[in-house]
Amino acid sequence: MPTVEFTRNLARHVACPSEAVEGDTVGAALEAYFARHPRVRPYVLDEQGRVRHHVTVFVDGAQLRERARLDEAVGEASVVSVMQALSGG
Amino acid sequence: MTVIHVATRKGLFRLARGSAGWGVAGRSFVGDSVTAVLHDPRDGALYAGLGLGHWGVKLQRSRDGGATWEAVTAPAFPRADDPAEETTADGKPWPWRVEQIWVLETGHASEPGVLWCGTVGGGLFRSADHGESWALVRGLWDHPSRRRWVGGGADQPAIHSICVHPEDGRDVVVGVSCGGAWRTVDGGETWAVASTGMRAEYMPEALKFDPVTQDPHRIAQCAARPDRLWCQHHNGVFVSDDRGASWRELTEVPPSVFGFAVASHPGDPDAAWLVPAVKDEERVPVGGAVVVTRTRDGGRSYEVAREGLPQANAYDLTLRHALDVDASGALLAFGSTTGGVWVSEDGGERWQGVDARLPPVYAVRVVS
Repeated sequence: MPTVEFTRNLARHVACPSEAVEGDTVGAALEAYFARHPRVRPYVLDEQGRVRHHVTVFVDGAQLRERARLDEAVGEASVVSVMQALSGG
Repeated sequence: MTVIHVATRKGLFRLARGSAGWGVAGRSFVGDSVTAVLHDPRDGALYAGLGLGHWGVKLQRSRDGGATWEAVTAPAFPRADDPAEETTADGKPWPWRVEQIWVLETGHASEPGVLWCGTVGGGLFRSADHGESWALVRGLWDHPSRRRWVGGGADQPAIHSICVHPEDGRDVVVGVSCGGAWRTVDGGETWAVASTGMRAEYMPEALKFDPVTQDPHRIAQCAARPDRLWCQHHNGVFVSDDRGASWRELTEVPPSVFGFAVASHPGDPDAAWLVPAVKDEERVPVGGAVVVTRTRDGGRSYEVAREGLPQANAYDLTLRHALDVDASGALLAFGSTTGGVWVSEDGGERWQGVDARLPPVYAVRVVS
């Protein structure tokens, strides 16, 4: 199962432990995580379901370019990393 | 106990009066941007709107005066069919996203859970359950004229003033930068423009008096006579005697008609306070001297208070939510973008500075 992890800076605002979740796309993995931790969702996605402007997501170290569909495939051993974008300062 | 809540770029501060005068007695969210604060007199709850930069807009509630906080749901737009298709009147994307909680107000006394929230992003939201959930006020959002709003300061249009009628919670006036003023008398189902008589100096001739092009910076109502509204507008000061059906311009306000903040005396419809600045292009106090301008006769004459305020080399700008008056009309406080806070206990004649160097002040609430 892919693992979803978060920058430690987010833990200041909301509990967001790293966890292995079901899912074969970035979106599915995040949805599975948010189902367990619903308070984390609005920190990562805006109300239109897009990755927040100053949040950036990596899959196995590769930065995600697509920010709305989140349909990039993830494998059993993948790590989805949710980080702060430096554009946010 | 009287408390002054000061929301800043880097935290929420509580001021209290000690033996040495007003000082910081408590602090919350240090390091985080607190864009709005509300004390609910109906149940004592305190609300703080946060803008967490990377992580978006959040709402927190305290039941113990700010000692502890709990996260509640922040207002958010519903999913749009295709938000990329929608633009403001000047062609900028309208993202259907709350960019900032700009103002929070309580509903009527008979509706104990009702809260209103105005946002950067243009949405007006209403909660019926103390902020546990929020709904976009569709009556205003779906009004055809909403598509004519533009940003003023922020990229997106924004709602900054919400005046709930003290005797009828269905009667609400809101102010929009830039989109004029709007009034509902049926709890938000239907809205009519309420800025006729305002004048927009920055528009082409044909649109100067168009009520939807107006940029009211702040609208305040008199609690005792809510038909009396005061407006500090982008290029002037306006007053209404009929709850926004018509406005008249007050052109002789010293030392300047420009500013952001206005407060109405809760008991005297003819009394109001302004914190003027050099207009538009500069946005600093006139002559580097901080003043508060007061009228007590409905705008026929003015007094300019300087006592206790810095009178040289002061570049403090007071934003629209950073001036407030308590229910008696005697205790006032205002804060500045330079982090100064001043308090008056005599209706705005004499002021005393708070001994603190706070972050830039976004909003002040005086709770007696």
